Amino acid sequence: MATAVSIAAEREHYLNKEYGIRSWLLTTDHKRIALLYLASITFFFFIGGFFALLIRLELLTPAGDLVQADTYNKLFTMHGVIMVFFFLIPAVPAVLGNFLVPLMIGARDLAFPKINLLSWYCYIAGGILVLHAMLTGGLDTGWTFYTPFSTAFSNTAVVEAGLGVFINGFSSILTGLNFIVTIHRMRAPGLTWSRLPLFLWSHYATSVIMLLGTPVIAITLVLVVLERAFHLGIFDPTRGGDPLLFQHLFWFYSHPAVYIMILPSMGVVSEIVTCFSRKRVFGYYFVAMASIGIAVIGFFVWAHHMFVAGMSLYAALIFSILSYLVAVPSAIKVFNWTATLYKGSVSFSTPMLYAFGFIGLFTMGGLTGLFLAALGIDVHVTDTYFVVAHFHYIMVGGTVMGYLGGMHYWWPKISGRLYPESWGRLAALIVFLGFNLTFFPQFILGYLGMPRRYWQYPPEFQVLNVLSTAGSTILAVGYLLPMVYFLWSMRYGKLADDNPWNAAGLEWKTTSPPPTFNFEETPVVTWEAYNYNELPALEEVRVER
Amino acid sequence: MFDNFPLWPVRASTTAGSVDALYIFLVLLSAFMSVAIFIMITIFALRYRRRAGREAEQIDGSNVLEFTWSIVPLAIFMVIFVWGARIFFLERTPPRGAAEIYVVAKQWMWKLQHEEGQREINELHVPVGRDVRMIMTSQDVIHSFYVPVFRIKQDVIPGRYTTAWFRATRPGTYHLFCAEYCGTQHSGMIGQVVVMEPAQYQAWLTGGAASGSMAANGQSMFLQLGCNTCHRFDTQGRGPDLVGLFGNKVQLEDGRTIAADENYIRESILNPSAKLVSGFKPIMPVFQGLVSEEQLTALVAYVKSLTPQASGAAGSPSLISPGKQPQEPKE
Repeated sequence: MATAVSIAAEREHYLNKEYGIRSWLLTTDHKRIALLYLASITFFFFIGGFFALLIRLELLTPAGDLVQADTYNKLFTMHGVIMVFFFLIPAVPAVLGNFLVPLMIGARDLAFPKINLLSWYCYIAGGILVLHAMLTGGLDTGWTFYTPFSTAFSNTAVVEAGLGVFINGFSSILTGLNFIVTIHRMRAPGLTWSRLPLFLWSHYATSVIMLLGTPVIAITLVLVVLERAFHLGIFDPTRGGDPLLFQHLFWFYSHPAVYIMILPSMGVVSEIVTCFSRKRVFGYYFVAMASIGIAVIGFFVWAHHMFVAGMSLYAALIFSILSYLVAVPSAIKVFNWTATLYKGSVSFSTPMLYAFGFIGLFTMGGLTGLFLAALGIDVHVTDTYFVVAHFHYIMVGGTVMGYLGGMHYWWPKISGRLYPESWGRLAALIVFLGFNLTFFPQFILGYLGMPRRYWQYPPEFQVLNVLSTAGSTILAVGYLLPMVYFLWSMRYGKLADDNPWNAAGLEWKTTSPPPTFNFEETPVVTWEAYNYNELPALEEVRVER
Repeated sequence: MFDNFPLWPVRASTTAGSVDALYIFLVLLSAFMSVAIFIMITIFALRYRRRAGREAEQIDGSNVLEFTWSIVPLAIFMVIFVWGARIFFLERTPPRGAAEIYVVAKQWMWKLQHEEGQREINELHVPVGRDVRMIMTSQDVIHSFYVPVFRIKQDVIPGRYTTAWFRATRPGTYHLFCAEYCGTQHSGMIGQVVVMEPAQYQAWLTGGAASGSMAANGQSMFLQLGCNTCHRFDTQGRGPDLVGLFGNKVQLEDGRTIAADENYIRESILNPSAKLVSGFKPIMPVFQGLVSEEQLTALVAYVKSLTPQASGAAGSPSLISPGKQPQEPKE
């Protein structure tokens, strides 16, 4: 943060108010905590990404020749654990949400600033435990920790990794609690629920899931640890337990967790699409309620992960039909974003390219979800690469595109600097192409029958695996580029105006970067969200050139 | 690398065609929807792209459109749901009289046994045109029995039986995969399903060195463990008469009535007091840990073979004569 020195002479803001390691590690400023999260999730993203590249390299050939079978199993397990729990779940809420929720509602901070800092320490404590487990024995259960393999058969550090994920869960719970209370209690005068930006609606819905769902996975992991360490018979059938009970408990959280990942990115996309088409969002109320609908129905679809796991025919029917219901609000969102472009004034700036990428990839992820919810097809494609491709389209194609789009959109506000626009567009294009080359072939592989989590595979699957591996190297370049030019721009980027996109939203009404307490005086809101009719696009044209 | 590069899996079972039909429908639907959205976005983004003098026209929304694009997708989803559910019913309802194969999975192999007694490891021979039902369990962790060309998959779970069925339609040798991650050699837990013409299958069946049918082996176990001292084939026994038990209703001591399926027989051997039959005392010893999964499957096969027709006139089934015999008995 030394870069802040150059503008320190002008004005005091949250970055230059204090210096030194203590001022960061003991801060209660939501913006600084957001940056702590940014640094830590970026760290975990590149570790998880490195494992992904090793996985793809191993799969370049049918034989298991790059790493040992056990090593491969640890690689995909750690890739999953780190990406899901330490990157995808916290990415948008803990970084962008932390930074923006108070700014967007005109508040000085979150409701509980110290709890906010505590949440980051929970994240770090959980992360250290998981990293330690990784270095001392690893973990080979898959990120799903299925029993009785995890409790009675694995020879790896299940207890330590399980406790790491358990502790990390509290960071999620505390963040969700903070957001709910903040959005309820601390909105600026005039900022009614119907004027709330959609980013806040989606974070509200996400917070509800975090608060209600996370305790279930926490309890489940404690039970795994108890069974493994003290041989209680909970999930292990030889001790009178039921292995399917674990799956029900696990997915009761882990399916809604997908909505924890995707809803915040949907909120980002709503902000970007409106700003870069200069329009009020099409069907504001429907988009907002779709977020709530997804959060609620999302709690009742978990067993669609278990259609072949040995459950009753009629239970399967119910979970299948509920899975189709939860697809409707997602479809509503996609249609509304598309309709928002109609008769707009559409700019192809970097954030908008990511938003387009999100809509495209999320649509494909969602449509392939329809395949998996169809019982007769799920039997064939579940636990194959079809599922792997599907959830990467949602979780990487959706969540990460939204996250990167949001990072570009709010980067001027966060750093006070502009990123290089043409590099931004190039990176967005590379990510989109690399992503599709990596994951599209996996749909075909899955329908052909290649099971997931295979270290070696029959030779007829090789061509598609080679394509996928090639794509992953392109994708890696696409992800490295923004990190490089964001860092570069912190020192060399052009200084940003307070509102470089001339965007609606309270966060743009304060300075860039904002002062520690966000607003000189509490704003009073007298307008609807996305009042782009009052905001000309002229300034933005200047920024683009 | 390119000489063997399929893009579509072979269809080799009676259900594979229905699965593929729905899949193709969904591929077309998805392609149509993706392209439609892609075209809309492209047209809007280009036609209304930002240029000097362009000002956006504010539109709040349209309830008609919102309801249209909520209800139309929902209706399409319901069609897919019903279609998918019909296939699932087909996949989950084994026809009567199917040949039975008992499968015991373990890290990292498949052990299969035919009713006639043939044992196989990581290989399953079946004839074309015959319904085959698999009764599967695991000795250790969860596995999953997956034959892509049949489009069937079923998790194999320790501590209970799960079942799956198929009817092969096309001779050939196909992959058998374990589809549920099960540890170090998960990707090595693969085998092959050999689908044969009925005549060849018959030759294979008689060529193997089977040591008696599963029911016969089960009967030896039954006598060896002394089960017959209580489970006598008259009404005098201290345990329930097992003839005609399988597939029928059982009145339990706690008032419930349940159907006697494989899982019930299994549980009643391993942990007899879990579901005590009405009118009997909980005196049977627990066999959990005393019989292997293979011995257990033999016992289950034997109990299933005890149908009234098969039992001897004196009420004692002295000879082994499995109730269902889709094939000529071979001796």
